[in-house]
Amino acid sequence: MTYAIQAEDLTKSFKGTQALAGIDLAARTGSVLGLLGPNGAGKTTAVRIFATLVRPDGGRATVAGHDVVREAGRVRSRIGLTGQYAAVDENLTGTENLLLIGRLLGIPRGGARARAAELLERFQLSDAGGRAVKTYSGGMRRRLDLAASLVGRPEILFLDEPTTGLDPHSRGEVWEMLRGLVAEGVTALLTTQYLDEADKLADEIVVIDKGRVIADGTPDELKSAAGGQVLQVRPLHGEDLGAVAALVAEAAGPQTQIEGELITAPVMDPALMPAVVRSLDHEGIEVGELALRRSSLDEVFLALTGHRARPESAAGEDAGVGVGAEGADALAGAERVP
Amino acid sequence: MTTTAFTQPLTKKGRVRPGNGVRQTGTMAWRSLVSVKHNPLELIDYSITPIMFVFLFTYVFGGQMAGSPREYLQYALPGIIVQNTLFMSMYTAMSLNSDLTKGVFDRLRSLPIARSAPLFGRITADLAKQVWAMVLMIGLGAALGFRITAGAGVTGFLGAVLLLVVFAAAVSWSAVLIGMLAGDPEKVQVFAFTLIFPITFTSSAFARVETMPGWLQSWVDVNPVTHLSDAFRGLLVGGEVASPVLWSLVWAAAIAAVFIPLAMRAYRSRV
Repeated sequence: MTYAIQAEDLTKSFKGTQALAGIDLAARTGSVLGLLGPNGAGKTTAVRIFATLVRPDGGRATVAGHDVVREAGRVRSRIGLTGQYAAVDENLTGTENLLLIGRLLGIPRGGARARAAELLERFQLSDAGGRAVKTYSGGMRRRLDLAASLVGRPEILFLDEPTTGLDPHSRGEVWEMLRGLVAEGVTALLTTQYLDEADKLADEIVVIDKGRVIADGTPDELKSAAGGQVLQVRPLHGEDLGAVAALVAEAAGPQTQIEGELITAPVMDPALMPAVVRSLDHEGIEVGELALRRSSLDEVFLALTGHRARPESAAGEDAGVGVGAEGADALAGAERVP
Repeated sequence: MTTTAFTQPLTKKGRVRPGNGVRQTGTMAWRSLVSVKHNPLELIDYSITPIMFVFLFTYVFGGQMAGSPREYLQYALPGIIVQNTLFMSMYTAMSLNSDLTKGVFDRLRSLPIARSAPLFGRITADLAKQVWAMVLMIGLGAALGFRITAGAGVTGFLGAVLLLVVFAAAVSWSAVLIGMLAGDPEKVQVFAFTLIFPITFTSSAFARVETMPGWLQSWVDVNPVTHLSDAFRGLLVGGEVASPVLWSLVWAAAIAAVFIPLAMRAYRSRV
């Protein structure tokens, strides 16, 4: 098995703040490695080291078999980088931005033009190719930025939070494009604070927090590691919520949570589901939904780090990320019901 | 995709070949100049200050300063050109800083290109814009009555352009340093204005040195803006040439000697 990206005990400090406290990771050639962590976890620092923009203080990193410090030039000729901000020249047109990269890479004028046209087509920017980038929407800029990182046909792609700040539709587009690239054999290292993004795109995930690796594995492995399955119950009538919560909590224990109209509990014992069904039947409560599902990566993240992946304000768009304060109160009240 | 990867030949040590570095500098200069093509307003942006200066100084101050607008223009245009050169050099600082803060430098540095190409490309393009602005101002001045009266004629004009390029190239290294150190492009502008205004006005650019108080004269006499204004005057309008040109070159060398090492150090640490 070959690894396109490898790091051993990588450390880096900035003015006394330790950004990376010794991380190890490896991405198999042709796979997507998701580097997952909250803001300030060290994701960007790691990407900047791999992309030869920053030298590590200690440890070793290789990309395409080349050392990022000693053979930076060779690493650069194999990689593409898409940073957190769309690093394109706003005053140039889309075509010119791609032409600039092509010419810098030494592609002859005609070839660079053809490559620019091909990439614009692929990223659905052909119509906008002749317009200055400052007239582009956020999603278009990101697509152009991604296209710019592909001009030299890199084997290894670094994407640092490629969808941060994009609307769901544009996020979906970036995901599709990345899937297409991976299908062609590109290895990608993707950093994200969106758990669903890592879940959907990554073959393997490395979770980092405060500059350390706190977990790694496939998305499924990570989900099973943090409690396996989750029982979810939605009462048919809203007024039964408290009673159902109490009933589930009795069988499943104090980790039972209320998320909106949904009650969830980690399944530690296979007998939980039948027990809950019997109790519901006994009480005569009708349910609209009763299901077992695998833990979400959000739950994994919470279990691993003790805090959520994203600040509360940003978490709102994903229904059911943990339980809100209201749910906890409702649950506490429900538990006192005899 | 991997099989058709495009790679540019590197040296055995994995470094960029010098010839490629020069070509990459040219490409970066193209990038700085091509935006002007789509954005003609940018040129007016570069030229509006000099045009305004030419008009204001000629018609507002001209009568009082030299008896008539036309006579004053003959004196002040070389000084206005110098002032504009200094202001324009700060565009180098602003655009480098903007590339830095917007992540463009990250993209460029992740490419297998010479590390200095983005810097030299920018400086080269900005020098071309400097020449453009100088020609524009002399053209506008000519329309208002400015005449190249020095004996050397066209040679004097070409000499002035050359001197401008040399001096501006030296000053642009101070701009590189400012661009690397500033937190954002707006700070560059504030810094530039507070520094360049007093330096350009305490010189022979707009008023004769002998009319100023003695304590001020001692600074004005060494101010590089004085030497460069006098040199342009000598080359375009007539008068002493050798001494002010020599002193301008000495200043350019001194500015380069101080700022090139500082700027390169700042560039290496930030880029």
